[in-house]
Amino acid sequence: MSMPASIERTPGLDRWIRIADNGAVIVSTGKVEIGQGIKTAIAMIAAEELDVSVERIQVQTADTEITPNEYVTAGSMSVEDSGSAVRVASAAARQILLESAAEKLHVAVDTLTVQDGLITSGQSNEQTDYWSLQAGRLFEVDIIDVPPLKDPRSYRVVGTHTTRTDLPAKVRGDLAFVQDLRLPDTWHGRLVKPPLADATLIECPDSIDLPDVEIVRDGNFVGVVAKLEAVAIAAAERLASKVRWQSKPLEPPMPGIPGYLRTHVSKSLPVVSGMPLDETLPEQATPDHAVQTLNAAYYRPYQMHASLGPSAACAQFVDGKLTVYSHSQGVELLKRALAPVLDLPVDRVHVIHREGAGCYGHNGADDVALDAALLAIALPPRPVMVKWSRADEHGFEPYAPATVIDMQASLDAHGRIVDWCHDTYSFSHNTRPGRNPGHTNLQSAWWREKPLPPVPRQPAMLAEAGIHRNLEPIYTLPRKRLVKHFVANSPLRTSSLRSLGAFANVFAIESFMDELAHAAGKDPFEFRSEHLADRRARAVLELLQQRAPGLSGDSNAGRGIAMARYKNRQTYCAVMVDVHVEDDGQVRLDHAVISADAGLVIDPDGLINQLEGGFIQAASWTLKEQVTWDHEGVTSRDWESYPILTFSEIPTIATYLIDRRLDQPMGAGEASTGPTPAAIANAIFAAVGVRVRDLPFTPERVKLAAGMELANDTRWEQK
Amino acid sequence: MCATKRPDMPEQMTVTLTVNAQTRELVVDPGTSLIFVLRDEFALNGAKLGCGLEQCGACVVLVDGEPVYSCTKPIGDLEGKHVETVEGLAADDGRLHVIQESFLQLNAAQCGYCTAGLIMRTKALLADNPRPSRGEICAALDGHLCRCGAHPRVIKAVERASARLRERKR
Repeated sequence: MSMPASIERTPGLDRWIRIADNGAVIVSTGKVEIGQGIKTAIAMIAAEELDVSVERIQVQTADTEITPNEYVTAGSMSVEDSGSAVRVASAAARQILLESAAEKLHVAVDTLTVQDGLITSGQSNEQTDYWSLQAGRLFEVDIIDVPPLKDPRSYRVVGTHTTRTDLPAKVRGDLAFVQDLRLPDTWHGRLVKPPLADATLIECPDSIDLPDVEIVRDGNFVGVVAKLEAVAIAAAERLASKVRWQSKPLEPPMPGIPGYLRTHVSKSLPVVSGMPLDETLPEQATPDHAVQTLNAAYYRPYQMHASLGPSAACAQFVDGKLTVYSHSQGVELLKRALAPVLDLPVDRVHVIHREGAGCYGHNGADDVALDAALLAIALPPRPVMVKWSRADEHGFEPYAPATVIDMQASLDAHGRIVDWCHDTYSFSHNTRPGRNPGHTNLQSAWWREKPLPPVPRQPAMLAEAGIHRNLEPIYTLPRKRLVKHFVANSPLRTSSLRSLGAFANVFAIESFMDELAHAAGKDPFEFRSEHLADRRARAVLELLQQRAPGLSGDSNAGRGIAMARYKNRQTYCAVMVDVHVEDDGQVRLDHAVISADAGLVIDPDGLINQLEGGFIQAASWTLKEQVTWDHEGVTSRDWESYPILTFSEIPTIATYLIDRRLDQPMGAGEASTGPTPAAIANAIFAAVGVRVRDLPFTPERVKLAAGMELANDTRWEQK
Repeated sequence: MCATKRPDMPEQMTVTLTVNAQTRELVVDPGTSLIFVLRDEFALNGAKLGCGLEQCGACVVLVDGEPVYSCTKPIGDLEGKHVETVEGLAADDGRLHVIQESFLQLNAAQCGYCTAGLIMRTKALLADNPRPSRGEICAALDGHLCRCGAHPRVIKAVERASARLRERKR
């Protein structure tokens, strides 16, 4: 194993591991808990390598003044980045502890064994433990070399079932979320947001008829602060009914987006081996031995993170120093983004992570941190807790960008793919805040009297980033023409939602593979297998096939499959879905099977939870979700106007893992989202012979699909 | 930037409320939603504000045993009522209630923001129907949303709690 990058950046062992004086071990990570179970996985890795029980491990998550900087908790990288760092740090700590035990007991290190931190000499039977040796003391060493690590075949904690360490507080109702934080004398803030992001405030009363309420106005930024949350909400509602905004109509209208994407391209980039290249596009030419050529267009609308708890943050400004409690995925980035917006030196901003509701990417967490900071700075030294309303969250979080994908492929006389073209048109998938001189991605800063404009949108040029994530197919194909079309200006604000471009790309690739299999007259497993050289991918597909339950004989029932390897370098995941399509076009999910290879499995139950949760979330995107708007703004403002999957709509799910003990663990939180929409689309086709290519597959869309293809519909381009 | 302040007094009334084992007389604006009384006056975390619209269920608590969306329930309607929140489920010695234990053992959550509401709904369901089918469980939980996709585990946790509670009664 090479030295983890996180350790290279932060080599001091004390920054990672501390032997506390109460029989505990404190492990620090720069990553944050977002419901993915990272605290538990980190605790298991540390417990394993240190030979202590999981219960003794306390995991300290991101705090800009305490923990190592591990940037953002995103991209399914937490186990890979922080897990590997904690593994190395734990092994280094264990080695030092054993050396000092050997010295104390006057025995050789290799005679020592450790059980739950208790060190015993096989030579003298004498004992000591981690806490008598080290409690409260610092190691004061840097990790220079990778220490000897445990053989994964001897693991006793990693790979076993454990209960999540963060759940007891959540089932008891103890303090668990930033929303539960109660600093002394906290006031509550609420915002009066504009109807549209670029609206201008033309009338705003400077007081309202409620006790202990402060109105804070800064240009087009309007907030209220009150002693009680209920009063803050009432005040914001009252104020909202009295303010007047002026704005230009929101363009283009919602149905025009597929056409807009195709006609407003800022940059087209060929993608080779997962990398976008700043080169001219290759020619498109169908080979001579092609006997049939298929074309299809797929569409994904704007969709939401739609966290169950609206974004919240608590801020306090004392003696020129700002402290912010935030559920941001990137506390260090947030710190660096807040400082210039607020005209504060970076070292006067302290961001401490506290959990929020699941975010699944860049949602309102960072924006509300600025909102809380603005209100706290206006009213020092009071702590101000700001919680967005449900309408704020639905209306102002940055959405997953709408995407149009054109596919074309040709088959030879043997039904093999001889040519493959894939064009993806979309907006930015990454507008996270950071250090952006003269600009900012923190929304309220755009609205202040002295505004900072949004960061100009640029196409991501790293491997497997944004729009071109999983644009590269997993299949071995003789000719590929892959193109990313970046559209800079989106009518709605966009950023990272779980799996980024992979969701739409895998939806298109795996739906199209099904269309091609059908055209070739082949079984979907067989057709994929014929084009699949990757040994691990084949194993995952075979596992899915082996675990497939008997097929329903109903006339309107069908089964679909799909697969992908996330980012073409992380977890392999295959999904099978059995559906029923009702006469009214309603798609009912009956049963799903998931198979996955995430390398070495750290927390099997946590992994299954992530794969199944990703499937359900993606199934919800697939069947129900799209952000809607009219000229006056976003109209998806609550759970009725933006419905998601309910308990009654959840299928039964069976998940099977391939545990590769001698391989590296790979991130899996986003692995199942891509295959899910394609498996559902393919199942619908198998059930009723209707090919749906435009998400979401609402009953109306399913009924429409036979006759009309929305992404191809040029009527909208003329509107 | 300007900050303005205008004090004025709204209407107040006295309400006697029992929350878990604690009875208190409160002087409150009767239009205040129960959730704010629980969170501010009683310093409880269990009821979570998710929408304020009775759509997501994160705020569900029991009032005289019935599930209620605390985000919209005016406190003025609750004179003499008994409110139960997730904090009131564990035994005095800290031992978890069977429902809490089932959720914990099955890791029936991801972020856990919806968990307390689901646990309270489950308590009401199992009191009415000790042996619910999967369909009945889902129907009962349809007043709740989970964005993480922990649904299959939540359903299993309810089934497990139901079985354990029935065993106990035997």
